[in-house]
Amino acid sequence: MKKSFAYPYGVWMVIFILAPILLVGVYAFTSGDGHFTLHNFTYLPGYLPVFGRSFWLALISTAVCLLLGYPMAYIMSQLSASRQSLCMMLIMLPMWMNFLLRTYAWMSILENNGFLNQFFRQIGLISFLQTQFAYPLDYIPLINTSGAVVLGMVYNFLPFMVLPIYTVLIKLDSKLIEAAQDLGAPTHLVFRRVIFPLSLPGVISGITMVFVPSVSTFVISQMLGSGKYLLVGDLIDLQFMGGAYNPHLGSAIALVMMLLIFLCMWVMNKFDDGTSEQGGLML
Amino acid sequence: MNQNLVDLIDIRKEFDGEPVLKGISLSIRNREFVTLLGPSGCGKTTTLRIIGGFETPDSGDVLFDGKRLNDVPPYKREVNTVFQRYALFPHLNVAENIAFGLRIRNIHEKDIQRKIQEMLELVGLRGFEKRNTTSLSGGQQQRVAIARALVNQPRVLLLDEPLGALDLKLRKDMQIELKRIQQSTGITFLYVTHDQEEALTMSDRVVVMNHGSIQQVGSPTDIYNEPENAFVADFIGESNIIDGIMLEDCKVCFCGHDFECVDKGFATKEPVDVVIRPEDLRIGFPGDSQLQGVVESIVFKGVHYEMMIRTEHFTFMVHSTAAEPVGKTVGLSVVPFDIHIMKKSMEDNR
Repeated sequence: MKKSFAYPYGVWMVIFILAPILLVGVYAFTSGDGHFTLHNFTYLPGYLPVFGRSFWLALISTAVCLLLGYPMAYIMSQLSASRQSLCMMLIMLPMWMNFLLRTYAWMSILENNGFLNQFFRQIGLISFLQTQFAYPLDYIPLINTSGAVVLGMVYNFLPFMVLPIYTVLIKLDSKLIEAAQDLGAPTHLVFRRVIFPLSLPGVISGITMVFVPSVSTFVISQMLGSGKYLLVGDLIDLQFMGGAYNPHLGSAIALVMMLLIFLCMWVMNKFDDGTSEQGGLML
Repeated sequence: MNQNLVDLIDIRKEFDGEPVLKGISLSIRNREFVTLLGPSGCGKTTTLRIIGGFETPDSGDVLFDGKRLNDVPPYKREVNTVFQRYALFPHLNVAENIAFGLRIRNIHEKDIQRKIQEMLELVGLRGFEKRNTTSLSGGQQQRVAIARALVNQPRVLLLDEPLGALDLKLRKDMQIELKRIQQSTGITFLYVTHDQEEALTMSDRVVVMNHGSIQQVGSPTDIYNEPENAFVADFIGESNIIDGIMLEDCKVCFCGHDFECVDKGFATKEPVDVVIRPEDLRIGFPGDSQLQGVVESIVFKGVHYEMMIRTEHFTFMVHSTAAEPVGKTVGLSVVPFDIHIMKKSMEDNR
């Protein structure tokens, strides 16, 4: 009786998780005429720079998210209950709008003739640069830079960093903080030896939840980077939807990507286990 | 020379306009075991937190060794606390929990290891250093919490109902253990509890609190035998508290009879509380006793029987080793020395 309740989930998992992964596997190891081949993988070394760029930009985005998100989550957790729910609302609010719409909004802000550049012109920054430093352009290039891509990722994925950290921090027993103070720890040591180590599970899941979508995103890089910064996500998109139609190569890239992400997560979790046993000694 | 280690001078504290402490003044001497005793919400934990530095008093002073301590943050105070639910750091093992305070003070690693061993020895947890705190039993966690606080050699150790979460047998063992630790380390203990038996067992002095003010300070014997008011009498052990009227020095009227007593200094015709301990009432024959009543109920309590005996004006609780059958009419008598007369308190604490 009880066991049978699990069947729908089993069916769901087989159809929507297991089958697609198997299909990707099958495609990756076959050629167009259906024969087994490793040929698809021989292309991959050529895409090494794309992989490198994806991981690098995702790493930067995750780091920025962590640096912005941790203080944000910490400050939020210290507020009164009503302020906390207000902040939570404000963080969630942009997520109610469509992801594409939000990214389009950033395009019009960052464009050469966009909101920010018009603002720079208004305050005379551009003409100042032109006269003083012989600056050649009448705008500051913001869009189509790797910075814009990182900005897009940080903007879109920041809530995924803030929320898990915040959740851990509000559950932290205030008695532990008092105990640390009682044992002679001034504020910065209370944070380093107690609050931060105990919030690590939130940090780890925040990093995971930002890094994974960052490393595989393609819309953001296409819209804010104009395809100049080809990422792995774009590459896969090209193989399935774009002119370079080759689902076999696309699957091979996707498979390798999956393995790499899996590897990253495994390393992260090792790190997490290590700290829970050794604790504050690492700091 | 000021021998007091901690002085509280007229401490007042409100939470949301609700007075929690209404002028607490108390001195704690060096090497003393002092217990704050009272029902929940009486302000005893707040008093402890003010000494620990986790609350600031609205008015009044906290003196430590004669120096004002009000605005000193907790981490600079020479006191350590054993928290109610231990508050052990879950990300650290037993040894690291104990070493927490030492590491902050940058003590040499060799000394840290030696002190950890000393502490584990003291609290009877040798060989537990690598254990995860979450895998320990309540009593063991308790010991780690005590070791973690004591290893810093505080001048005063504050204990906030540390045995509250333990079962009865373990609690009794830990009471003796705590007293032993206090005596062997010579550290001043300030202990908070609502358990009167715990307070009487361990303390050098007991401070009975109610509604944010101190009711009585004294040795366990004094508190038990000479309660200052009806609240203390009722809270420490069982008591019969009867309305009475003082006729003159050493003469009180209650239950329609005049009784000889040993208390003086009340106004003539002053209404008073008369307190008689259940074990001080003697059961005798109806004829030659001061009062007579009917046994209403009887409960066996182990060492004694607890009987409710209804007289004309009041139902007395009586402890006796001899049982009387329910419904029997008996006589009750009490010697003058065992009649305690107390001023009526302003608020009705019963």
